[in-house]
Amino acid sequence: MSVRTLPLLFLNLGGEMLYILDQRLRAQNIPGDKARKVLNDIISTMFNRKFMEELFKPQELYSKKALRTVYDRLAHASIMRLNQASMDKHSALYTTDAIKGFIQDSPNILHQVDETFQQLTEIYGGLSAGEFQLIRQTLLIFFQDLHIRVSIFLKDKVQNSNGRFVLPVSGPLPWGTKVPGLIRTFNNKGEEVKKAEFKHGGSYVAAPKEGSFELYGDRVLKLGTNMYSVNRPVETHMSGASENLAAQTQESIAPNPLAKEELNLLARLIGGMEIKKPSGPEPGFRLNLFTTDEEEEQAALTRPEELFYEAINIQATQDQQTNEELARIMGEFEILDQPRRSASKGDDLLAMMDEL
Amino acid sequence: MFRRERSIPLRGSAAALCNNLSVLQLPVGNLTHFGVVHGPSAQLLSAAPEGVPLAQRQLQAQEGAGVSPPLITQVHWCVLPFRVLLVLTSHRGIQMYESDGSVMVYWHALDAGDSSLVQAVFARGIAASGHFICVGMWSGRVLVFDIPAKGPNIVLSEELAGHQTPVTDIATEPAQGQDCVADMVTADDSGLLCVWRSGSEFKLLTRIPGFGVPCPSVQLWQGTIAAGYGNGQVRLYEASTGTLHVQIDAHARAICALDLAPEVGKLLSAAEDTFVHIWKLSRSPEGGYIEVEHCHGECVPDTQVCGARFCDPSGSSFAVTGYDLAEILRFSSM
Repeated sequence: MSVRTLPLLFLNLGGEMLYILDQRLRAQNIPGDKARKVLNDIISTMFNRKFMEELFKPQELYSKKALRTVYDRLAHASIMRLNQASMDKHSALYTTDAIKGFIQDSPNILHQVDETFQQLTEIYGGLSAGEFQLIRQTLLIFFQDLHIRVSIFLKDKVQNSNGRFVLPVSGPLPWGTKVPGLIRTFNNKGEEVKKAEFKHGGSYVAAPKEGSFELYGDRVLKLGTNMYSVNRPVETHMSGASENLAAQTQESIAPNPLAKEELNLLARLIGGMEIKKPSGPEPGFRLNLFTTDEEEEQAALTRPEELFYEAINIQATQDQQTNEELARIMGEFEILDQPRRSASKGDDLLAMMDEL
Repeated sequence: MFRRERSIPLRGSAAALCNNLSVLQLPVGNLTHFGVVHGPSAQLLSAAPEGVPLAQRQLQAQEGAGVSPPLITQVHWCVLPFRVLLVLTSHRGIQMYESDGSVMVYWHALDAGDSSLVQAVFARGIAASGHFICVGMWSGRVLVFDIPAKGPNIVLSEELAGHQTPVTDIATEPAQGQDCVADMVTADDSGLLCVWRSGSEFKLLTRIPGFGVPCPSVQLWQGTIAAGYGNGQVRLYEASTGTLHVQIDAHARAICALDLAPEVGKLLSAAEDTFVHIWKLSRSPEGGYIEVEHCHGECVPDTQVCGARFCDPSGSSFAVTGYDLAEILRFSSM
């Protein structure tokens, strides 16, 4: 498998997570400055230089179990499956574009993101189509057998009710692919001697132009952009997915010490987790990933028993000074109104990831 | 026209690899064997003519040094003069089994050697040529194994240098009996094709350069090379000279598999655009130039096809696998 997959996976999934969080923050009318702070903190953590250095080192992908535990809710929001080898590059760039949109007021973080972008283009810009094909195949192995249905995909008719993604047989072609239908015959001298057409069955159009890889450019494609930017209610259906999850947990329920170790490595790289008690006069806020509290409760109820991790409370940062020491993964959120139970560091990470 | 036949269920879904379906047609008992890669395991199953599954077996990639469980890149039956072997390539090495997968007769571990950590190390591309089995490598090298008529005494006889990028596929056809006849083609990630003549020492006859896209799949029939490319094109070349004779804008996405029905010169092309096309290859009466005619196109809705094969030598039926699909789809002509 390709050893260049982890940065793409992490950045794309992280980006998707940011889209969702941004949408939820807006939907619940969290005050603008608080919302911006939250996103800034996450992005600043995601693009932390030391972490990025580690991330970009050639390495095998984290085991599916480990990363799946971390990005459980995030994985089903990724549109990775639809990406072509050549589109993967653009998708990562688009996500970076949107992330820059979130942090446009913070020059420091913007600088971090630009640096990461440079690294992205350095490493991935030089890869051949064949290497991208291998990265793509590696990523697809990661998402094999998940089948989680997402309401926004079902609504947009991007996903069928059986979980399979819709593959349209019309629309623009990738840059460099011609519209199917032509058969050209040549003689020994290389001169065209015959031209024939055949019915290929789809209705495609050629790509208008190649997407830009520049720091700021016209990407041409929509892959990687924010599906939630149009204001609409976003439900996270657990009913169908929970059956899948239950089925999956049956086979992979054995605790995997390797997964925990990998997650602890991730935590160490990011700088560990400091869970602060609420302090200061301003209260923290509670973020609900479901449209209503009832749905949230319902989801909690229908959740497979085995997936009940211990939940922790995380408060949004109030103190400006804590910004520097902030190396928390994805900032601090109070997700569920559950009292914090004691847990080891590895379990904390799992729990917190999961609650997001 | 083709109609959908009953699908054959798989224990595990198919992985998004190219050439991810191997079919062995056994005249005895009218059985057909299918082989599909799931990820770290490959599934073999045999089915009766109506598609009723009879027996199945799962094979695992052999562990070796490394952190994560090794992934299989390809599974393929090799029909040799006196025996049939099943070959499995992975990120650790090459495994060869008796044709039903019951006994492993040979294991060749990959030597990561001078690969930097940055490159993925794997074997990929499997074909039988006479009493040899040829297997491609991530380095571009092609290993040639000499296979005895029976028993496990398999020997690595030669290492062919022709490619600089990972090998994707290998195609062979029986030598036509004359000298200097090309009977093997190897393809790689850069789109380069190398044309060889087999023997106690394989000879590189000619090279056909790529044009910036990988060539994931290649076939060889009566001196005609059929190559499928990452931009959806199928190109037909004269094997002896390397001259391009036909260029087909066949698919809207990367081609993932090609297959041949040698009795009738039919070519099957499958791609991630959900389409499977069947073509008829021939030689023109005047001049003997390669010609091609489109016979049939089949859309497999919402399926990212990753493997496709004819199921009989006359090309009247074929089977298809799709990424993340836990069944083999079958089609036969009406």
